[in-house]
Amino acid sequence: MSKLIDTSLQVSAIKNGTVVDHIPTDKLFKVIEILGLTSCDKQLTFGMNLDSKLYGKKAIIKISDRFFKDDELNKISLIAPYAKINIIRNYEVVEKKVLMLPESITGIAKCANPMCVTNHQRITPKFTVFTDKDSSVMLKCHYCEKVTNLKSAL
Amino acid sequence: MPKSLISIHDFSKEEILHILEVAKDFERDKCRNILGDKVIACIFFEPSTRTRLSFETASNRLGARVIGFSDAGNTSISKGESLKDTIKMVSNYADLIVMRHPLEGSARYASEVSSVPIINAGDGANQHPTQTLLDLYSIQQTQGRLDGLRLNMVGDLKYGRTVHSLLQAMSHFSPEFIFTAPEELRMPKEYLEFLSERNIPYREETELSGNIKDTDILYMTRVQQERFTDPMEYEKVKDVYRLTASMLEGCKPNMKILHPLPRVSEIADDVDETPHAYYFKQAENGVYVRMAIIAYLLGKTNNL
Ligand SMILES: [Zn+2]
Repeated sequence: MSKLIDTSLQVSAIKNGTVVDHIPTDKLFKVIEILGLTSCDKQLTFGMNLDSKLYGKKAIIKISDRFFKDDELNKISLIAPYAKINIIRNYEVVEKKVLMLPESITGIAKCANPMCVTNHQRITPKFTVFTDKDSSVMLKCHYCEKVTNLKSAL
Repeated sequence: MPKSLISIHDFSKEEILHILEVAKDFERDKCRNILGDKVIACIFFEPSTRTRLSFETASNRLGARVIGFSDAGNTSISKGESLKDTIKMVSNYADLIVMRHPLEGSARYASEVSSVPIINAGDGANQHPTQTLLDLYSIQQTQGRLDGLRLNMVGDLKYGRTVHSLLQAMSHFSPEFIFTAPEELRMPKEYLEFLSERNIPYREETELSGNIKDTDILYMTRVQQERFTDPMEYEKVKDVYRLTASMLEGCKPNMKILHPLPRVSEIADDVDETPHAYYFKQAENGVYVRMAIIAYLLGKTNNL
């Protein structure tokens, strides 16, 4: 019986909404920020440092009565590429979404170039996203045109 | 958003060729009073006398009137006004803005808040597209074509933004490249990959003297001491990249030497007297090319 219990039940089930599972535990608050949940008025539960086969420790977020557009969710792939998205209706998983790398992002990362105008004026940074030959995620600044590794921009 | 010129990528191959055609026309007939009803703002947040004079000459030759400032020192910017507010204000006064700014990406941002076209006259180490267009014009004027030429780029190929933009712009025209630079200042990998992806041949050299004979364009740049981590390295290489008249023996008769100026010591004075020196004429060409760019962005080049 216990085998059938999903680890996500370590955090109480929701009736309708979105579950973001398999988040690296140290990225939990960044995912909350990226999804704009700091100002969400819906019921929000999350757990961190849960056991995970994939990471050792993982985090999970459950948002009741909230469904996201694909490009909102795809932003998560920048920091949690293995996150799993389940859409819940009436306590059942009705859809699993596969995350895709977004083509561009606005306002998540900071440009790593100290001479970039976005680091000196009140300007929202914008980047085009691509993967290089070694399949690392790279960001090209819309303004200064410098390319930085995603890791140094977050 | 009106069409601006921020980066050389903003112009297609057809637009580049159109600009060069129009510039030729302006060189033949320098005084064209086609912008008599226009005001052009030249706003320089850092001084660059050479570039500013070139743009102001171009504007005046088109009959436009010029407003602006030559450095941000005694303007409201030094009192903390945001770039956005300055651009909003100036774009309500002028029909086109020529802008130079020390921050990278500032010109792109200005083009997003401005109601009139912006010409980027240099945004820090990022882009200086009018320099690239005047380089292309100079190459075309001296060789009679842009296609199938061999260019030897010499000096600081790592930080030199002019060589990077010229390399990208020339990629439309099946060129061959020689990159002559000290180890520390080699052409960055991303640009070599850019060429490989397009099957454009290049070779890298460290000596200048043996690599002049087979080139059509010798594009010289400054090798600056501050680029070297080890001052001894600079002392070792500075004379290796110094061009003298005697080194030009046996070069192709059509070979021309270009340099974005100002030069320091990388071209000896005795080169000026050879038929291969073109850098002063190159600077003059900047006026005609900037006339063409201004006229084009204001929609005045279709019926010339
Ligand atoms: Zn930037």
